[in-house]
Amino acid sequence: MKNRSGFWFAVTSLISGLRLTWKHFWNAKNRRTPEYVTDKNYFNQPDGLVTLTYPYEAIPVPDNGRYRLHNEIDDCIVCDLCAKICPVNCITIESVKATEEIGLTSDGTKKRLYAPVFDIDMAKCCYCGLCTTVCPTDCLTMTPVYDFAEVDIKNMIYHFTDLSPEQAEEKKELLAKQQEEMAAAKAAALAARKQA
Amino acid sequence: MLAFVLTLVLLLSIVIVLAYAERKVAAFMQDRLGPTEAGPYGSLQSVLDVLKLLQKEDIVPAAADKNLFKLAPILIFAAVFAGFAVIPFTPDLVPAGIGIGVFYLLAIISLDVVGLLMAGWGSNNKYAMLGAMRSVAQIVSYEIPAGLAILSAVMICQSLDFQEISYQQGALMNRFPGLEFEMNWLFGIEALGINTTTIGGITTWNIFRAPILLISFIIYFIASLAESNRAPFDIPEAESELVAGFHVEYSGFRFAILFLAEYSMMVLVSLVAVILFLGSWNTPLPNIGPVSLAYWTTGTVGELSGILWGGFWLLSKTFVLLFLQLQIRWTYPRLRVDQLMHLCWKVLTPIALGVVLMAGIWRLLMI
Repeated sequence: MKNRSGFWFAVTSLISGLRLTWKHFWNAKNRRTPEYVTDKNYFNQPDGLVTLTYPYEAIPVPDNGRYRLHNEIDDCIVCDLCAKICPVNCITIESVKATEEIGLTSDGTKKRLYAPVFDIDMAKCCYCGLCTTVCPTDCLTMTPVYDFAEVDIKNMIYHFTDLSPEQAEEKKELLAKQQEEMAAAKAAALAARKQA
Repeated sequence: MLAFVLTLVLLLSIVIVLAYAERKVAAFMQDRLGPTEAGPYGSLQSVLDVLKLLQKEDIVPAAADKNLFKLAPILIFAAVFAGFAVIPFTPDLVPAGIGIGVFYLLAIISLDVVGLLMAGWGSNNKYAMLGAMRSVAQIVSYEIPAGLAILSAVMICQSLDFQEISYQQGALMNRFPGLEFEMNWLFGIEALGINTTTIGGITTWNIFRAPILLISFIIYFIASLAESNRAPFDIPEAESELVAGFHVEYSGFRFAILFLAEYSMMVLVSLVAVILFLGSWNTPLPNIGPVSLAYWTTGTVGELSGILWGGFWLLSKTFVLLFLQLQIRWTYPRLRVDQLMHLCWKVLTPIALGVVLMAGIWRLLMI
C-alpha cells in the first residue's frame, strides 16, 4: 500500500478512527451468550461485548473434553492399570486382598481387592486421559468440571477410597489371619503327607 | 466559603462519575464488560477505588526532598481547583465573578507546571525527573496554541469576563449590565441583516456567530488534551517507557490527589471550551417565531428554574466533550515526543496565529 500522508489524510483517518470506536461503543448493547458447541452461532462472533461474567455464566464444555478425573470407587476392581499407565504418576493405589469376593461392579466384574488408598493428585495430572482408556471397568472418567482451584495445594490430592483407616486395618488383619490359617493348614497337610 | 464547598463537592462527584465512565467507555470500545461487581453494573467501583487508595501506605522515599515531595500534589490540585473559581455555572451563579476571569484562569493553571516540576525533582528518581520534564515541556508548549485560541474568542467577545462571554452567547444577552444595547447578527455580520439577538440558541454560540472560532475551538480542544496530559498526548504517563512519569514515587492518598488533579483538569478544560465556544450555560434551542424554545429552556434568571436549566446545559455540554476526550483516549495511539512538538509548533501554533488574525478581521466586520 502506498504510504499516504498529508493534512487531509490525517484528518480523515482520525475521523474514521473515531467512527470505528463509536461503532464498538454503540454495539455494546449486544452481548454474546453462553451457547453450546452444537449451537449454530457458536463460532459466529456477534456484534458487541464478547466477555462473559465467568462465575455466573460460562460456555458449556464438550462432553468428551478432558477435565477433572473422577473415580467411581464402587466400580473399581483396584487393578492398578491406571497407576501404571499414568505418565506423570499422579495416581497412588494400595490394595488389600479380600478374604472373599466382595461384590460385583455395575458391569458384572467380580471385586476381590480392597483399596485402602486411592489418591489422585490433580496438581500433577496432565489430563492425557490414558487412565480412562485402560480402565477395564470404566470407573475412571473425566468430568466436565474444570474450575477446581484450591488455596492449599494439599487439597489438590483427591482421596477416593471408601474405607476408613480403621476398616482398612481390619481388612489387613483379616487377610493376615486368613493367610496364617492357610499357612497352618498347608503345614498340617504337609506334615500329614510326610507321616504317611 | 459556600461556593468553595459546593464547587468541591460538584467537582468530586463529577470526577467519580468520570472515572467510572472512563472504565466503562474503555471496556465497551474494546468489546469488554468493564466493572460489574461493585454495586449495580459496577457503579460503586470508583468510590471503592478511592477508599482503597485512602488505606494505602503513605510512602515518602528516604532520599527524596521531603518538603517538595509532599507539597507537590497539593500545589498541582490547588492550581487546577483555583481555576474553577471563575467558572460561571448558571446565569447568576459564579463562585468569583471577576472581570479578568480568562486571564486569571490562564495564569493560575500555569502554576500546575511548577507543581509537576516539584514532584519530579522532589522524587529523586530519574524516571520521575524525565517524566516531569516531558510533562512540563508539553504543557508549556501547548499553552501557546491554547492561549491563542482563547485569545481569538476573547477578541470576538471583547471581554475577559466568563460571565459576560456567556451572556453574549444567548437570548439573555441584553440582561447583562453593559450589554443592554448590544445586538447579535447572524454570523456576526450586520450586513446580512438577520438579527439573532432574541433568537438565541445555537445561532448565538460563539462558533456560530463567528464561524472562524470553530477552528480555534478545535485547536483549543487538541491543546487542552495535551494540557491535561490526556491521550494521545499522555507522554508523561507513558507506562511503557517511563514507568509512570512524574508520579512514579507517589502512593496512596498523594497519588489519589494527582489522579484527582488530572481528572479535574479534564473537567476544567472542557468547561472552558464550552463557555468560550459552545454557548456556555445557554440552551442550544433557538426561538422560532412564536415557539420560543430558547426562553422555555432557559428558565427565569435568579430563580431555581434558571439555575437548574443553566447547570443542566453547561454540564451536559461538558459531558459531551468529556466523552469525546475518553473516546479519543481509546481510539488514538500515543504520539512520540518529536511528533508532539511538531504538532504543537509547526501545525497548531501557525494555524492559531492565522485564526487570531482572522478573528480580528471578523471583529471589524461585526462592529
